[in-house]
Amino acid sequence: MALLALGGLPAQAQESPYFVTYDHYLEEPGSLEVEYFSNLATQRGGRSFDAYWIELEYGATAWWTTELYLDGQSTFGDSTIFTGFRLENRFRLLKSEHFINPVLYIEYEQISEADKIMKEIEGHDVEADHAVPNAILRQGHNHELELKLLLSSTRNGWNFALNPLATKPLTGGDPWEFGYAMGVSHPLALKASAKRCSFCRENFVAGVEMYGGLGDRPSFGLWQTSHYLAPVVAWNLPSSWTLRLSPGFGLNDRSHQFLLRWGVSREFSGFGSKVASWFGGQR
Amino acid sequence: MIRSARTGGGALLLAAVLLVAIADAQTNNSGEQSPAKSVYAELAKVPAKAAGRHNPLEGDSEAVAAGAKLFEQHCAECHGAKADGGKKGPSLRAEEVQQATPGTLFWLLTNGVVRKGMPVWSRLPEPQRWQLVSYIKSLGSSQAPPKQ
Repeated sequence: MALLALGGLPAQAQESPYFVTYDHYLEEPGSLEVEYFSNLATQRGGRSFDAYWIELEYGATAWWTTELYLDGQSTFGDSTIFTGFRLENRFRLLKSEHFINPVLYIEYEQISEADKIMKEIEGHDVEADHAVPNAILRQGHNHELELKLLLSSTRNGWNFALNPLATKPLTGGDPWEFGYAMGVSHPLALKASAKRCSFCRENFVAGVEMYGGLGDRPSFGLWQTSHYLAPVVAWNLPSSWTLRLSPGFGLNDRSHQFLLRWGVSREFSGFGSKVASWFGGQR
Repeated sequence: MIRSARTGGGALLLAAVLLVAIADAQTNNSGEQSPAKSVYAELAKVPAKAAGRHNPLEGDSEAVAAGAKLFEQHCAECHGAKADGGKKGPSLRAEEVQQATPGTLFWLLTNGVVRKGMPVWSRLPEPQRWQLVSYIKSLGSSQAPPKQ
C-alpha cells in the first residue's frame, strides 16, 4: 500500500516483452518498477511446479539500473518455499546509441538448489534437476556471480537482443557455466494514436525469445543442456501497468516440455525524488 | 556455518556498498540535472547530418496531439507537465530548444544525454519520436500555450 502512495505523474511503462532476454534499455532515472512474475512448468518424472519472484527495479542513473529479486516456488503435492534472493546491476557502457548497444550485467545470487524461476538457463541445467523433492533440494545452496553481456539493437521498431552469460559459483570448486538468451520483438503499431487508450495497437509488443545452456568450462557445448523457444507478448497500459505472457516450449528431451510465464508490473516514476523529499532532500 | 556467515556478511556488505553508491549517484544527478544554461549546450553537439533531418510528420496535426500524449506519459515527470522545466529536466519552451532543428531534437531523444541523466528514448519507435518532436516544436517559446 505504501508503494501505491508513491505514484507520480502518469507514466506509461514502455516495457519489453521478454522474460529471460534483456534489451539495452534501463529503468528511467529515479523510477521504481515493482514486478511479479510466475513460471508454471510441467515436469516429467516429478511434480509440476509454479515458481515466482518479485523484482524491485530502480533506475539509479540513466546508465545504471539496480534490482533486487526475491524468489519462491510451490511444487504441487510437495511444498511452498522461499528460495533466495538476487542482486542485479546493469551498466550502460556507451553514452549514445549505436548499431549494437552493449550493457554489462552483474548479478550476485544467494539461492537454494530448489530455486526454479529459470530466469536464466546455464551450464547443464536440465528438467531432471527439478524432479527432486523440495526437502532435499533446499539443503543445497548456491552463491553465484553471474555476468552477462547484453547486446541489443533497435531498427525500424524491431528489437534484436543477444545475451551470452557466464556464471561462477563463489563457494566450492565448481567451474564456470555458460548460457545464452536471445530475442526479437516489435510493437504492433509504430505510431501513437492521439487518444489515451488501453487497447491501441501501439500498447502491445510481441516477439519471440530463445534461451538455453552451453555447458561448463570442462564441457562447453550443447551436450546435456536444455533449450527453450518462447513467444512473448507485453501489454503496456496507460496507467503504468504492464502485463506479460509467454508460453515456452522445450526444444529437446532434457528441457521441460512446457513453461507458462506471466508477469505483472507497475512503474512508479519519480520514486527517488519522493523518497528524497521525505528526508528533506531537494531533487 | 562459518562459510554461510561469511557469505551472508559479504552479501550485506555488497548491499551496503550499492545503497551508498545509489545515494551518491542521486546526489550527483541532482547537481547535473538542474535546469541550467549549460544543459542546452548539448543541442550544439548534435552531428550536422542528424540535425539536418526533416520531420516526416511536419504539418500533421494528429502528430502534435499524439506527441502531447507521449510527452505526458514519458517526459512530463522530468520536464514538467507544461514542458517548462521540472525537478530534473530543463524547460523545452526555452529559445534554445524552440530554435533547434527537428533533427536536433530527434537525435537528442534517440541518444539521450546519458551522463547528465537524460535516458535514451530509442525504445520508442521512430514515428513516435517524431510525434514528440512535433509536439515540442508546437509549444513555442517561454510561456506560450501549446498549439493543438
